[in-house]
Amino acid sequence: MASVNPINYGTPRRESDTQVMLEIDGRSVTVPEGTSVMRAAIESGIDVPKLCASDNVEPFGSCRLCLVEIEGKRGYPASCTTEVAEGMEVRTVSDKLNQLRRGVIELYLSDHPGASKVETGDVGDDELLRLARDLDVREVRYDKDGRNHQDAVIDDSNPYFDFDSSRCIVCSRCVRACDEVQGTFALTVDGRGFASMISAGTDSDDFLNSECVSCGACVQACPTEALVEKNVIEQGMPERSVTTTCAYCGVGCSFNAELKGDEVVRMVPAKEGKANHGHSCVKGRFAWGYTNHPDRITKPMVRDKITDPWREVSWDEAMSFAVERINGIRDKHGSTALGAITSSRCTNEETYLVQKMARAVFGTNNVDTCARVCHSPTGYGLNSTFGTSAGTQDFDSVEKSDVILVIGANPTDAHPVFASQMKKRLREGARLIVVDPRAIDLVRSPHVAAEHHLQLQPGTNVALVNALAHTVLAEGLENRAFVEQRCDVEEYDAWREFILREENSPEHTAQYTGVPADALREAARLYATGGNAAIYYGLGVTEHSQGSTMVMGMANIAMATGNIGRPGVGVNPLRGQNNVQGSCDMGSFPHELPGYRHISDQGVRDIYEAEWGVKLDDEPGLRIPNMIDAATGGTFKALYVQGEDILQSDPNIKHIAAGLAAMECVIIQDIFLNETASYAHVFLPGSTFLEKDGTFTNAERRINRVRKIRTAPGGYADWEVTQMLAQALGYPMNYGHPSEIMDEIARTTPTFRGVSFDKIDALGSVQWPCNDEHPEGTPVMHVDNFVRGKGKFMLTPFVPTDERANRRFPLLLTTGRILSQYNVGAQTRRTANRLWHAEDWLELHPSDAEVRGIKDGTLVAVASRMGETTLRAKVSERMTPGVVYTTFHFPETAANVITTEYSDWATECPEYKVTAVEVRPCNTLSEWQRRYMDTRDQMQRIEGNQSVRAPDTVAASVEEASDDDWEPAE
Amino acid sequence: MDDEKMVRQANQIAQYFSAYPEDRAKEGVRGHIRKFWEPRMRTQLINYAGAGGEGLHPLVLWAATQLQDEAGQPV
Repeated sequence: MASVNPINYGTPRRESDTQVMLEIDGRSVTVPEGTSVMRAAIESGIDVPKLCASDNVEPFGSCRLCLVEIEGKRGYPASCTTEVAEGMEVRTVSDKLNQLRRGVIELYLSDHPGASKVETGDVGDDELLRLARDLDVREVRYDKDGRNHQDAVIDDSNPYFDFDSSRCIVCSRCVRACDEVQGTFALTVDGRGFASMISAGTDSDDFLNSECVSCGACVQACPTEALVEKNVIEQGMPERSVTTTCAYCGVGCSFNAELKGDEVVRMVPAKEGKANHGHSCVKGRFAWGYTNHPDRITKPMVRDKITDPWREVSWDEAMSFAVERINGIRDKHGSTALGAITSSRCTNEETYLVQKMARAVFGTNNVDTCARVCHSPTGYGLNSTFGTSAGTQDFDSVEKSDVILVIGANPTDAHPVFASQMKKRLREGARLIVVDPRAIDLVRSPHVAAEHHLQLQPGTNVALVNALAHTVLAEGLENRAFVEQRCDVEEYDAWREFILREENSPEHTAQYTGVPADALREAARLYATGGNAAIYYGLGVTEHSQGSTMVMGMANIAMATGNIGRPGVGVNPLRGQNNVQGSCDMGSFPHELPGYRHISDQGVRDIYEAEWGVKLDDEPGLRIPNMIDAATGGTFKALYVQGEDILQSDPNIKHIAAGLAAMECVIIQDIFLNETASYAHVFLPGSTFLEKDGTFTNAERRINRVRKIRTAPGGYADWEVTQMLAQALGYPMNYGHPSEIMDEIARTTPTFRGVSFDKIDALGSVQWPCNDEHPEGTPVMHVDNFVRGKGKFMLTPFVPTDERANRRFPLLLTTGRILSQYNVGAQTRRTANRLWHAEDWLELHPSDAEVRGIKDGTLVAVASRMGETTLRAKVSERMTPGVVYTTFHFPETAANVITTEYSDWATECPEYKVTAVEVRPCNTLSEWQRRYMDTRDQMQRIEGNQSVRAPDTVAASVEEASDDDWEPAE
Repeated sequence: MDDEKMVRQANQIAQYFSAYPEDRAKEGVRGHIRKFWEPRMRTQLINYAGAGGEGLHPLVLWAATQLQDEAGQPV
């Protein structure tokens, strides 16, 4: 069990080769040079009173409570701002210090509403009251009727926390947390002297309408409960905590779930978390209310036809129904008519079981995962060049980077906690290059600015990376020694000859990319010569018809410049979902067994055939889009989907719907009746991350524990449901606990050989490869050798996508995410995060808007060659002219009605980032949306229930709001 | 999948590997399809190539022939 109140050491840890010995209260203490006296004392077990000090922000020295006496020094220096010195003699306790501290406490209490609680001992999370209790300050001699702040109005605008300035002591911990930890600089101390108060932006701003991103760092930092979670106000202080892992993005933050009984009161990011170091974002810290949402489906359901209402049944009946259908289809059409989709939101152990179910029980390799539509090109590209399908670094590596190249990623929205770490390094002086069609926040935000923003045209990544490489080679900036020592030189020479062709020069590629040659050359020089250079990339790289080529292109320039194999460098995919790395590792792809080993390898099949007791098919199976195609073609009949919603997330929804409708048995295992479930015959209630044991693997290959807090309302964790189905199908699957599944993974997968729940519990987390060679894991890969031996340069010809703008569709649409919503929105739409983003909107440049008569809030139709949808416009100079942008968080918008089936040549990852469209003002929903609204309730109704869905955004807002009264929420 | 989509996807593979010298390009296309395409898809390609292979890149046509030989299927 984690501590509810972990030790706060007051000031950050310092690193130094020089150790300093001093004496504190007669005790000999040794710490690194640069450490504060406060930290040295607390590390040696001596408590020092403090209010303004916290070990995640730099010392400030304002509260005057941490005073100490130092032999030979005059006065009473603050221990937080005083560094240790050799031979220093410190006293933290004396009558005089006690007198001074009591005086300060009394002054604070004179303008604080909780003084009476000191007597009762009910001090909650208020460090001031705790200190008053500990220092026995029971009386306040000052006149309570004098000037004070006790009538201050509480700012309760934020849905998750309140700010009560009557409790505030203006210690600036919140301001410094916002600045130093989150890097948003939203808070400030407004006014002077008595009028000083914490302010979120301008006088007219409250927290909700300010620049605040609701990461909660200020709430966590506040020592007096002036900033406090609404849940704590309503439920009281938590009593215990359990350390677990966030179920949102691929950063994989560790959290202490703080509980009262079995109810979560709050999620507090764990200081020991090696991915997040005590920080969080609005989703992880606050947006977990979906776990208790009334939309949760808690009973199994079945129906004969998708036009029938759902019928709630027992687990036994649901399993019998599923088994009868699966066996019937297999008898008639064979195993190749069956398939499964694993979930990147579920644990490694659950994902492993679903692919095992497909291969060992269904008897087919038709298994795939959502990485198909996001980072499958990462797998292909990094495997081809480096030899393995994963990012090269740990997140902390960025602290050693001198140059950061962000390509096709928007970390402040999609990976916010890592973005804060990156911004901290940028504030320290690292230089930034951003490659993106949009001016993402990193391009210019407080105290961070990109030195180069290469605002390229969508679909031209490969032309751009080739031009970067061309500049490096043509100007002699490559690291020839690294190449000769670490890489296949023959492949390098072929690549060099290819890249130096005129077609790859910045001057030539500018016609495609729109990036001026001079700007591109400057950026290339900085990347090659600026010191440790690291690449971070996202779906703006992978979701293209040349996604895999681009990944190889980035790997090439990293190798050519020697930016691989040490901290501060590397090629790093920012993974989308919490366990998308893990789902790929666990053998979710139809051509690979766990550990990225091809299904045609007899030796690997031997391992699993012995372990599972079955003969395995040696042919690659169908990918998700292939399954849909085969379904419409009549040869694919049954699909078991765990925790994915392909009808919302995958491209060309109409085709997905047709494929699902053609199947005879669709089994959905989920926490909500999702969009795909409209086409399902069996629904099995799933479990959230709070309701299971297991592990998630984040974008840095870090395997973190997920710990069960309560039982799922349906009664079973997802791994238990899969096991139940396997048993019902006659397969002996009999795990007693997920740790036994991980033991099997370790037994059969070389890169996981050293992984076990016991080891993760002991170390906190572990990064694969974890084996005999690296028993405690591998933070940085390819240190001495690439996994494949010699690094392999791959040719990267630029092939323009077939999706082209023309007179009829003159704009290019890209899709992406926003901070407050997550993926298909199934979780975040069911939280108060809707306050920030209640619908998808279309961003477009003012010039594109003006010529079409569009202004902020105008309802617009977006039409592509595939379809049309209606949403509201947001005019934004973040866009480049000719490019428009939307998110895909809301099923009512159905952004994927517009997207095409064009896909990456190597992996079939869809080209979400390039769709030619036209935009026009309109005043009605699209035909598809109207039909969807009409049929959704029909397809999701449950016998005895009116509806499980609330009416939603766009449809409702069309009825209720005029164009004039609409304001886009930021 | 429909033939048009299959032809486009196969040709995309060929477009990538055509950056390499011919022998390596041929093997690249054949190997990629063999490694990643499910048997039904390969059969569809083989049959389509056997029926004339309209629109297929020459590297794909060559690969289809090789895949047919490996599978022992009539074109």
